[in-house]
Amino acid sequence: MTLREPGQPDTAPLDTKAIREDFPILSRTVRDERPLVYLDSGATSQKPRQVLDAERGFYERHNAAVHRGAHQLAEEATDAYESARETIARFVGADADEVVFTKNATEAVNLVAYAMSNAATADEGLRRFQVGPGDEIVVTEMEHHANLVPWQQLCQRTGATLRWFPVTDEGRLDLSDLTELVNERTKLVAFAHQSNVLGTVNPVAPITARAREVGALVLLDACQSVPHMPVDVRELDVDFLAFSGHKMLGPNGIGVLWGRRELLAAMPPFISGGSMIGVVHMSHSTWADPPQRFEAGVPMAPQAVGLAAACDYLSEVGMDRVAAHEHELTAYALKRVGAIEGVRIVGPTEAVDRGGAVSFVVDDIHPHDLGQVLDDRGVEVRVGHHCAWPLHRKLGIVATTRASFYLYNTLEDVDALVEAIGAAQRFFGTRD
Amino acid sequence: MQLDAMYQEIILDHYRNPHHKGLRDPYDAEAHHINPTCGDEVTLRVTLTPASGSELDEKAVVSDVSYEGMGCSISQASTSVLTDLLIGRTVAEGMRTLDAFTELMQSKGKGEPDEDVLEDAVAFVGVSKYPARIKCALLGWMAWKDAVSQSLEKEGA
Repeated sequence: MTLREPGQPDTAPLDTKAIREDFPILSRTVRDERPLVYLDSGATSQKPRQVLDAERGFYERHNAAVHRGAHQLAEEATDAYESARETIARFVGADADEVVFTKNATEAVNLVAYAMSNAATADEGLRRFQVGPGDEIVVTEMEHHANLVPWQQLCQRTGATLRWFPVTDEGRLDLSDLTELVNERTKLVAFAHQSNVLGTVNPVAPITARAREVGALVLLDACQSVPHMPVDVRELDVDFLAFSGHKMLGPNGIGVLWGRRELLAAMPPFISGGSMIGVVHMSHSTWADPPQRFEAGVPMAPQAVGLAAACDYLSEVGMDRVAAHEHELTAYALKRVGAIEGVRIVGPTEAVDRGGAVSFVVDDIHPHDLGQVLDDRGVEVRVGHHCAWPLHRKLGIVATTRASFYLYNTLEDVDALVEAIGAAQRFFGTRD
Repeated sequence: MQLDAMYQEIILDHYRNPHHKGLRDPYDAEAHHINPTCGDEVTLRVTLTPASGSELDEKAVVSDVSYEGMGCSISQASTSVLTDLLIGRTVAEGMRTLDAFTELMQSKGKGEPDEDVLEDAVAFVGVSKYPARIKCALLGWMAWKDAVSQSLEKEGA
């Protein structure tokens, strides 16, 4: 333990050996007894025992349907669920009543998009959310389909126009037309905090500043940032933040939408049914306050408890340390993978404003074929367009291979990747 | 090392030197198929010659299959093998070959393909062990089926 100046982030190196012992799956072998080298955390992360135990513990001790019933188990389950909400809110600098649980981050984005299209047919009080012909929604060319298709659909339903920031050849957002793209007609700007393909960390401040000037709402897709760096919703000054549990050591089946209190309070519901109501009559109903208004049906309490355990785990390690560790891996991977003959990095080639998703193409080897050789050696990466098809089209490539890192990865994992790429080049005869 | 079982020399040969590649005229129907998981695509044309009279039916002969595509070795090689197998056969024979190939691809590596029917396509048995790659192998075949159906429908209309 080293002493730090007050206010300085703790970036002490991680004890990856100890961390890896918390993740049972990392000690297994794949394909002919090869040790697993898991480089696909951008798709989904592995889970530590602490998270699995928390979920199991809920089922074994407290399981009941939350926010229903008055028996002891129902009380305990509701307590566990709402305490989990507090922990998860604290993890991103938010208050608990601004945190809505969804099935995943995709549903969180859809919740806002559908609130906006439901508002189009509702009363004047919802004007801020109303979109129609003449209004504009702005996204970026590097969006994951989850933060693109819902906005396309919203525009198709309402007659609004979809516009987007282009991406430069280096893989950064081109903000040169910021004031033209985000203008008085703009109702909402939705963009990724960190690209799931390029690794680019986008500049949030200038975009939100411009959005404020014109009164547009801002939604940040934080799926690739909340798991990997300290994120504080107040500092970011956005209106909505969406992220998923399974990419940050948590269980599947839970995502989070954070929204400003006054916005959530004004928004119409997306999915309606049980436990999101105020009063129900045969002909009409009123809504509960947020967050319950947006959580129709029996919610995923065990997964919320698991996700809270994941937040505790990450907080205990320290998000500054996680970010510093991944920065080291990214810089090393950019250097080593980028140095292989016939390999080109797709995205920023320097580890500046850049997270640990390293995508690349290898001359004359299709990513599917490359992935097959890597998999044969236990190196598990993602191949394809990574749900960012328009970005690949813009960059003039069909598909890429992506290695993505997390706190349990090591420099040796990067070495295994480099070695496996060389093996693929030899297998397909593109290198001696 | 299971790679050699998957990437048999026949497959790599077809990948490096594809047969009948390029789009040719005239043709009866064209199909464009995309694998949505990776973005690989193939455009495939078929030309049918009626067996007798002017009716196009199952007895018609597949006189040409031409294609353009971009994709992995499996999808490209499989389309190349397809042209070898199906050009010169009747539509009915082609559909039987397609069925045999589809069955092989669903065999999870346990298929015992009839080499008389599938010829070079027997090499894809190793691919059937990898669920993520089955779509690659079937990409061109599904486009062929689509193009043939279109040709026959046009005739019937």
